[in-house]
Amino acid sequence: MQQTVNNASLYRRPSIGRTIWQNKTLILMCLPAIVFFFVFCYMPMPGAYIAFTNFQYNKGIFDSPFVGFKNFEFLFISGQLGLLLKNTVLYNIAFIVLGNVVQLAFAILLNEVNSKPYKKTAQSIMFLPYFISDVLVSLLVYNLINYDYGFISNLVRSLGGEMPKVYQDANAWPYIIVFVNLWKSTGYGTVVYFASITGMDSSMMEAAQIDGANAWQRIRYITLPTLKPTVIILFLFAIGGILKGNFGLFYNLVGNNSMLFKTTDIIETYVYRSMMNSFNFSQSSAVGLFQSVVGFFIVLGANAFVKHLDPDYALF
Amino acid sequence: MTTQEKHVMHTTHIKKDNTQIVINIVTYILVTIFCLLCILPFWMIIASSFSTEEAIRRTGFTLWPSDFSTYSYELLFRSPDQMIGAYVVTICLAGIGTLIGLFIIAMTGYALQRKDFPYRNGIMFYIYFTSLFSAGLVPFYLLIVQTLNLRDSYFAILLPLLMSPWLIVLMKNFVKAIPHEITESGKIDGAGDFKIFYALVLPNLKPALATIGLFLALSYWNEWYYSSLFLTSKVEYRPLQYHLYNVINKVASLKNSVAGSNVVITDLPGETLKMATAVIATGPIILLYPFVQKYFVAGLTVGAVKG
Repeated sequence: MQQTVNNASLYRRPSIGRTIWQNKTLILMCLPAIVFFFVFCYMPMPGAYIAFTNFQYNKGIFDSPFVGFKNFEFLFISGQLGLLLKNTVLYNIAFIVLGNVVQLAFAILLNEVNSKPYKKTAQSIMFLPYFISDVLVSLLVYNLINYDYGFISNLVRSLGGEMPKVYQDANAWPYIIVFVNLWKSTGYGTVVYFASITGMDSSMMEAAQIDGANAWQRIRYITLPTLKPTVIILFLFAIGGILKGNFGLFYNLVGNNSMLFKTTDIIETYVYRSMMNSFNFSQSSAVGLFQSVVGFFIVLGANAFVKHLDPDYALF
Repeated sequence: MTTQEKHVMHTTHIKKDNTQIVINIVTYILVTIFCLLCILPFWMIIASSFSTEEAIRRTGFTLWPSDFSTYSYELLFRSPDQMIGAYVVTICLAGIGTLIGLFIIAMTGYALQRKDFPYRNGIMFYIYFTSLFSAGLVPFYLLIVQTLNLRDSYFAILLPLLMSPWLIVLMKNFVKAIPHEITESGKIDGAGDFKIFYALVLPNLKPALATIGLFLALSYWNEWYYSSLFLTSKVEYRPLQYHLYNVINKVASLKNSVAGSNVVITDLPGETLKMATAVIATGPIILLYPFVQKYFVAGLTVGAVKG
């Protein structure tokens, strides 16, 4: 009896202080990162309170007058928030659906090509647009479609057509932005999908080839079904980010051109402009906070769904 | 199966099927067209930068410079102050930021993959949570400007770009792939955790350091966002891409970029100057690209999809 009690106390968990001391080096190694995320991510969090105030710059966040949900009410009633949500979500749906279809198609097609140098070169070239800044992207687009000098404008004109003044035409921009986004992201996604195709077990492929399956049948009955889980999971995570917009792309392409806002203004661009140009900190932060909170629950939902499908892939 | 059998199998079973041929033709056409679409815009920027302004007014941007001219470059090099300043700022930020960021990310990634580190899950969640929820742009802006008082300071650009949860997770996956025996030998010799990391893990982490270092360097090189938030016109030398942003979007900056070159403002070749600035600001990335892209591909393969 005495013996077991002694054993139990011998093997009891070490105290917290002792555990910390034993792991002091590893903790210290994590410390810079802990401080970094504390300062740049956790310290601003209480500042979200600003969304409930009528912010006055000289008073700071916590001494500005409290106005409750007024900022949110205004955004709802004016229809501003509705428009931003609509644009953000619709663009993301277009990006996700078109992007994944094109990326998947390119990855599968490339995998069928036998020439290794061609595969490598194609991947390298497709990946190039990912490397350049959105600032340069805006210049490339301007170079192609501006009314006076644009390459495409001239081409259309020389073929006898009439080019619309796209920088004044809001309806043209959903197509332009979706296309530019495809242009920029296809290489990246293709490389990711291509990697998971080449990582596939090749024995099934070989067996199918021996059985006389043709290339199309192999894609249809082996490659696609094998990729299905990856596609579904990447898709769900993309849905998790459906309220997040690509600020750099939209802001550089559209900028402060208010003629285009109806079809191009997303949450990020509105938040940026109303803070930097109109100094409306309270409303800007109200939109930002709305995005963060709703977006957070959408991610949780997406993750729960992934966990349900395959716990290995869940984020947490 | 012996190699001989394998060989026999390969030679006997593949009878060319028609779908394979169709798919190959479709692939070559589609992929080649897309690759051309990826390259041509860059080519057009270069071609336009070597045109005369007058030719662009007349024929628009073309695939080949209609009247070859290096005038816009001459203008830029006649008063190269701003461009050189932008280069120095960008190279310093990218160099310092990448080194510091890489070191911190590597340390953290190593500590967080140690199975015997009891706090690893807690710290990982603490880091990961920041990518799920944020206070938004406004509180972050006020933190930098009011609390930390970093307006017009290069630190406002250097610091926020140092690391991201995604890069730490990526590093963790890379460290995990290092064979256990390597670190085990260090433990038996009685080396401390930091010694093991520094002497045994880091040297085996070269591909990871290259990949993540390049991701970091690229984000510094392409940086314009934090500059536009935190650097006012009081700052003389802006990072390259922000300099380009200003030249493209603000007439005043365009004029400033060639100030002192004694050109009448109305004679400024606006369009070709923008293009030439873009070529100078982006050139190094495009030139380095063929040598570094394989590391990015490696990084995506490790980090993007599990299994």
